[in-house]
Amino acid sequence: MSILDKHGRIERNAFLLFIFSLIVVSIGGIVQIVPLFYLDNTIEEVEGMRPYSPLELAGRQIYVREGCYTCHSQMIRPMRDEHERYGHYSLAAESMYDHPFQWGSKRTGPDLARVGGRYSDDWHIQHFRNPRDLVPESIMPAYPWLETTRLDETMIENLLIAQRRAGVPYTDEMIANARADLRAQWDPETHDTSGLMNRYPKAQARNFTGSAAPTELDAMLAYLQMLGTLVDFSTYEPDPTR
Amino acid sequence: MTSPNTKERKAEAQQEPPYTGHEWDGIREYDNPLPRWWLWSFYATIVWSMIYWVLYPAWPMVTQATQGILGYSTRAEAAAELEAHQARSAPLESRLLQAELASVADDPELLHFATAGGAAIFRNQCSQCHGAGAQGAPGGYPSLLDDAWLWGGSLEDIHTTISHGIRDEADGNTRWSQMPAFGELLPEEEIDGLVEYVLSLSGAPHDEKLAADHAESFANNCAGCHGAEGEGMQMMGAPALNDSIWQWGGDRDSIRHTITNARFGVMPAFAGRLSDSDLRKVAVYVHGLGGGE
Repeated sequence: MSILDKHGRIERNAFLLFIFSLIVVSIGGIVQIVPLFYLDNTIEEVEGMRPYSPLELAGRQIYVREGCYTCHSQMIRPMRDEHERYGHYSLAAESMYDHPFQWGSKRTGPDLARVGGRYSDDWHIQHFRNPRDLVPESIMPAYPWLETTRLDETMIENLLIAQRRAGVPYTDEMIANARADLRAQWDPETHDTSGLMNRYPKAQARNFTGSAAPTELDAMLAYLQMLGTLVDFSTYEPDPTR
Repeated sequence: MTSPNTKERKAEAQQEPPYTGHEWDGIREYDNPLPRWWLWSFYATIVWSMIYWVLYPAWPMVTQATQGILGYSTRAEAAAELEAHQARSAPLESRLLQAELASVADDPELLHFATAGGAAIFRNQCSQCHGAGAQGAPGGYPSLLDDAWLWGGSLEDIHTTISHGIRDEADGNTRWSQMPAFGELLPEEEIDGLVEYVLSLSGAPHDEKLAADHAESFANNCAGCHGAEGEGMQMMGAPALNDSIWQWGGDRDSIRHTITNARFGVMPAFAGRLSDSDLRKVAVYVHGLGGGE
């Protein structure tokens, strides 16, 4: 009697069947997922990638909240046509600080992985008010409340702490300065931005919408205008093993 | 043992199949053999997976996955495809780079190449503001189809604008001008009068007395950039006021708002974002849309 002849016992016992099914399914998952955590070439080594600044991170939360990912991907695939339209294919390193990642799985709108700097702030402001004012054929909904809703700044430290628990290397210094950095990026005229630029190189500091106090749209624009601008591709060497 | 022929198999199929001995609530499980086509397909997939392991990247090892003897990589393939495309278009690209912009139109092959390439780039990079048909949009995104050019409509002018943008603080050679907000400089009544004068320039209905009274104010405050007759000045990016083309609206309230607060658009610099030859392609395309000077 081999063990194969005993399947009747497994089939008659729901708990045993559950345990053995779980083991079988887990093997597939383990073989595919676990190596990504230890293989050397999972995440490319690149210059310039850094955790998001507090204002960018706050904008990213709104991006997630509004479900932008359901229509916009942030994943440029390695194909010639994508290169022509969106630029260099996305690297794993570019979403290494994304929790959750925003790759998306469907493009109703264009990919946004490299949207940073592509349009002026004014364009974005008008476009969020009513996309059809600028792109008559657009089917994107309007998001007029973003510019009228005050950004909740009180949650920013906790947001950084939560991201740190998920694996983003935010230092104690970054968390302690989170609110100051957020303000400095939104209002560089009256704040010292040296700490901000030190902690978050290439952060774009300006009052994006000309608001009297940081709005959700300010945070959103800080995030969008940063997308795809961090990695220095002049120093990027493709790894032939991946 | 010989395999059974069709007749024998049919006869066999009509017999009661063997019983596994499993019974649940009176339902008995037969021990039917798996269909042969299914079984062989299953074995074939197993064999295929083993071939695949050898040919393509597959098993994760200690520092990286096995690479497979074909050396396949999606990223390398994309890079090769891009390179092949660049090699194919290289002769025309270099011809475009060496040609005088103004003489591109004399070379039909080059003109066709630049226009087709420029059209594709325009739809990707420019249409979000200037419209898919270059018709522009209200609010500071001018139409590129008409004869009105803020900064000049010659090939060279268009090429400069695309390369360095307009009021793009990140580009040192950007086109720059800034209309003052006259709300801070002039009393409200004077602005009201200037609105009437501006309306009169394009022949729109206006208050003739108010307009006439403010001709001097226009000459002092506005004519320096917009010209004595409101004909505009491309050096300053100052739009003509004596035509019916309005970026920010040509009704009384819009003009008053513009004079009071000063409005101007921003265009990003595309040098660095697009290659030199791509910049030239877009310039040729935009110039060819109908309004080129």
